[in-house]
Amino acid sequence: MKRISFVIAGLVATTLLIVSCFHKKDESAQTSGLIDFNFDIKPILSDRCFKCHGPDPNNRKADLRLDIEANAYAALKNNPGVHAILPGKPDQSELVKRVLSTDPLYMMPPPESNLSLNDAEKYLLKKWVEQGGKYKKHWAFLLPQKVKPPAIDSDDGVVINEIDQFIIERVLRKGLKQSKEADKERLIRRISFDLTGLPPSVAMTEKFLKDNRPNAYEIIVDSLLASPAYGERWTNYWLDVARYGDTHGYQDDLPRVMWPWRDWVIKAFNENMPYDKFVTWQLAGDLLPDANKEQLLASAFNRNHKISQEGGIVDEEYRVEYVADRANTFGKAFMSISMECSRCHDHKYDPITQKDYFSLYAFFNNLKETGFVLNLRTPEPYMRISKRDLEGELKFLNANKVIKSEKDTILQMVMKEVPGIRKSYVLNRGAYDAHGEEVTPDVPNSILALKPGLPRNRLGLSQWLFDENNPLTARVMVNRIWQEIFGRGLVATSEDFGNQGSIPSHPELLDWLAVDFRENGWDMKKLVRKMVLSATYRQSSVASPELREIDPDNIYLSHSSRYRMNSEMIRDNALATSGLLNKEIGGPSVKPYQPEGIWEDVSVGDKSGYRGETSYIIDTGNLVYRRSLYTYWRRTVPPPAMITFDNPMKEICEVRRTRTSTPLQALVLLNDPQIMEASRVLAAKLLVNNKGNSRQTITDAFRLITSRTAKANEVDMLEQFYTAELVKYQQDLKSANAVLKTGHHKIDSRINAANAAAMMLTIQTIYNLDETISRS
Amino acid sequence: MEKEILEQKLNVNRRHFLSKLSLGIGGAALGSLLIPDLFGKPEEDKLPAGISHFAPRAKRVIYLFQSGAPSQLDLFDYKPLLNKMQGQDLPASIRMGQRLTGMTSGQKEFPLAGSLFKFNQYGESRAWVSELMPYTSKIVDKICFVKSMHTEAINHDPAVTFFQTGSQQPGRPSMGSWLSYGLGSENKNLPGFCVFLSRGKGNIQPLASRIWGSGFLDSVHQGVQFRSAKDPVLYLQDPEGLDKVTRRKMLDKIAELNHLQLEEFQDPEIATRIAQYEMAYRMQTSVPEVMDINDEPEHVFKLYGPDSMKSGTFAANCIQARRLAERGVRFVQLYHMGWDQHGSLPRDIRNLSKDTDQPSAALIMDLEQRGLLDDTLVIWGGEFGRTNYCQGKLSVDDYGRDHHPRCFTVWMAGAGVKPGFVYGETDEFGYNVVKDPVHVHDFQATVMHLLGINHEKLIFKHQGRRYRLTDVSGKVVNDLFT
Repeated sequence: MKRISFVIAGLVATTLLIVSCFHKKDESAQTSGLIDFNFDIKPILSDRCFKCHGPDPNNRKADLRLDIEANAYAALKNNPGVHAILPGKPDQSELVKRVLSTDPLYMMPPPESNLSLNDAEKYLLKKWVEQGGKYKKHWAFLLPQKVKPPAIDSDDGVVINEIDQFIIERVLRKGLKQSKEADKERLIRRISFDLTGLPPSVAMTEKFLKDNRPNAYEIIVDSLLASPAYGERWTNYWLDVARYGDTHGYQDDLPRVMWPWRDWVIKAFNENMPYDKFVTWQLAGDLLPDANKEQLLASAFNRNHKISQEGGIVDEEYRVEYVADRANTFGKAFMSISMECSRCHDHKYDPITQKDYFSLYAFFNNLKETGFVLNLRTPEPYMRISKRDLEGELKFLNANKVIKSEKDTILQMVMKEVPGIRKSYVLNRGAYDAHGEEVTPDVPNSILALKPGLPRNRLGLSQWLFDENNPLTARVMVNRIWQEIFGRGLVATSEDFGNQGSIPSHPELLDWLAVDFRENGWDMKKLVRKMVLSATYRQSSVASPELREIDPDNIYLSHSSRYRMNSEMIRDNALATSGLLNKEIGGPSVKPYQPEGIWEDVSVGDKSGYRGETSYIIDTGNLVYRRSLYTYWRRTVPPPAMITFDNPMKEICEVRRTRTSTPLQALVLLNDPQIMEASRVLAAKLLVNNKGNSRQTITDAFRLITSRTAKANEVDMLEQFYTAELVKYQQDLKSANAVLKTGHHKIDSRINAANAAAMMLTIQTIYNLDETISRS
Repeated sequence: MEKEILEQKLNVNRRHFLSKLSLGIGGAALGSLLIPDLFGKPEEDKLPAGISHFAPRAKRVIYLFQSGAPSQLDLFDYKPLLNKMQGQDLPASIRMGQRLTGMTSGQKEFPLAGSLFKFNQYGESRAWVSELMPYTSKIVDKICFVKSMHTEAINHDPAVTFFQTGSQQPGRPSMGSWLSYGLGSENKNLPGFCVFLSRGKGNIQPLASRIWGSGFLDSVHQGVQFRSAKDPVLYLQDPEGLDKVTRRKMLDKIAELNHLQLEEFQDPEIATRIAQYEMAYRMQTSVPEVMDINDEPEHVFKLYGPDSMKSGTFAANCIQARRLAERGVRFVQLYHMGWDQHGSLPRDIRNLSKDTDQPSAALIMDLEQRGLLDDTLVIWGGEFGRTNYCQGKLSVDDYGRDHHPRCFTVWMAGAGVKPGFVYGETDEFGYNVVKDPVHVHDFQATVMHLLGINHEKLIFKHQGRRYRLTDVSGKVVNDLFT
């Protein structure tokens, strides 16, 4: 048997460097020479070995599992005397021998797996065995510990709170430097979007610029945290997590009423409801002792899954699908564990068995519900919301347009537990009709056992989630909030904390914040506040090409991140800065502008609506100017502009959006009537205010839209464009009038059409700038 | 000078992009719509793992999806026994208790329904085709029938999703998205995955835009719907009163101002943004140009039939598909809706066949004449088949058929697929496959193979799991290749 000679030292040195970038991990292996199981080894074992030598027994080869220390050390069952790992003895460890082999019949992973190891990875595995081959529990399943934040010399950077201590320590170790604070204009824009999803008003910016008190920034932060727009911004995020939609999502895709639940979420964020209560009500509001209507409404979280109304479906098949969706959502939303992988077989990477999956599923299986729901019927169970509720417990609902009299009611899907309604089973291969072993509600014990005495229902499940010994809950939410504030989670895969997920970039910081979050009564605003007050948050986002080479994803946060804002922020910016924004909170979703014919292309049926809505009817009045989180979400034909800017489809729980840059996005910003109308309205308004002074108008518009004062050369460029277009439109008033004809808002007749059109396009140019759509 | 600076920034961006790429197992897409100017055609050494395992026979695909599921028993899968046994109950020995849809599971009897339409054998291959498809019958020697397709889903939404994404549950990328991800686009002015919809007179089932969505792949890989409306691609058309000169000037200003930001922040994403605006501008010209079929000669419209003059019809879309194929678009997907014939099948299937027969055959001939059939794969078929027994009342000249996942027929042509070939067989009842079954995943693996892709190797890691179009199965049907 041919064996490769071991890699030469020089190669090792270079590949190690690659590895360290590859895993975005601590430099420990390089600096101390000590290899860390969780950071250096487990990612390799999990990704390349566990599929056949991991938790799933059905696929396990040679009866060897490498996810458990004892099993990896033991003599191989079919080859006694041979050990996969013999601590300290790489030459006698079958694992090392095989990963180093090039013999296709002997090497691991085998060629047919389509998996392979690079030299650096092979080296790490060998070195690790040499150092004793020690195992550690997966980081996310160990309880977070609050370690003392590292001390930072005042020369090494500005420290405002503990976050900075952890961040600067790593920045320094990376050979980088903390960046200076962003200028005030950029800072206020950043904080305003991050906290409220809206741009700062000019007045607010003015005040901030003039305020030289040391706590000027803190004052701004607190006013934004107190603004009702704060609740809307975070609800916008939560709607992705909750897979919120305004329609049922399959086939005919009929409308549903879920917005009262969405209104409750806004209220909860604005009241700063503690996270444990926020989640408990949503998971199990109906099971709380003497549950009131508000708590019942909160439980609608579990009913945001899609529902089929396709004639001909097998009822039970779809009912099972809904229960599974609730269990999957629970796993991803609150634990960042991909439970759904265990539906058909034991998890291949994480210690979740198929039985664990269906035991969790059993918590969500006790509803009187059907898989098939007749068109136009509200799926059971539901609650009735009447006029009396609007005057009482549910007075936060914006339902006056729907419930006008005593007779009107809203039927809102919620949870209603019927204990003992049906048994739960392991479903073989996940199939609805392949009943296996019977199961009762239980949690994945590999994470934490359910305390004796806790009820085995969703309420007990919530209590388990918030048990101080649960290693996941606080970390998961801290990481999500970090992601929304800094642009990237401390664990980049905010949806997966399992073996296949990424490793935390700053594990001690994540743990510190997680413990702190719990110790502070799960206070979300307090956590957000800490993050945005940090010096780390306030840094400038300017970064040299050299720095970008070293840390292209800005993992170490030596500067602030710059990235494209989400679709809601981009559109809301146009609405807010043009003055069109309708700030009304809550209520039924609305239908703003959308290109003609999109629904018609794929819908069927007639005006009765029995087969769903056949045509999209744009709302009237100022309903089209509501914030984007209120845009009607039809799941099979979602708003195209929002999809173009990477909104998820809202079919399943999503916790992180992708950020792409495409030509279709450019087309939206160039030709979406909403952006054109905002440009037109703002142009007219400013031209009137400035008595036709074009330069001042451009300056004002630039400031409104980008929150910063334009430089003279920038105004020059725009003014050149304006002047040329003005001349052109003066000679062609017909075209000027045509270009102005966009949107519902009345055309201001006080301004000459040529001026209005030329300025409209000038302002639209500003709306199209990369700066305008970026968080920086 | 300025151009040089831009080039330099773009290079930084490219390095950044590639360094990101090395982090994912399957890598990210290349040569896609994303940064077409930067990548052009994929380079050999930077391809995602699955590429060029085999010499590709197909460079592009035109998929004529027949939404609603055409009845194989009335079009291609000739079963005279059904006519002989007309009205008799489907023997239990054949059905073997298989699950039925909720629409016929309540039926007490399952009366066999022979086709009302005459079948004949055509061409040198002697393939059976019914009188509903007179044009297709003339090209049987150019196409390959797979009569042994079978699927797992019995309802439209999951079945279409399964065919397009390899999973019945939504959330995964469509076939065209996978190919865009794996192979990129050959035309820097057009998207790599284009979608057209049309509908016939019949029972139409709605479609969801997610079936041409990119799932967890970047949204640059999602299918771009081309429409017959005045805006052929959403938001493409400039508003009235804004001419090309103004648009160009506006884009120049946007670029100039973005450059200032680029200098300040040195963020390569700004350079990408600038490039995307240029691509958008090019699309504003290239898309209307490809959509305007007025420059097609008279004989082309004659070939595709009278409907081809009407925009938005399946026939017109077939001409569009050929035009996009000529321009190197990787994946063109047509959906023709209306094949769901639970009742009044004879009436509706006449309409739907008429919609698709002539243009589909014309497309094959047209591609062949232009030398494009050699490297263009054309696929014709629905999401499942239809039952051999009648749904509802069976009469002398009327019947309906329910969904049937256990066997159905699709045809393929071009790009290394055996012409004049019939693959697979069903039993004499047309109920079960008896020879050479082809599962949906096998079909997908085969299509990918023709494009030079090993379906087991074109993967994308998402939430810790490696995903591929064929999920965990799929066998290439080598017998279909020349």
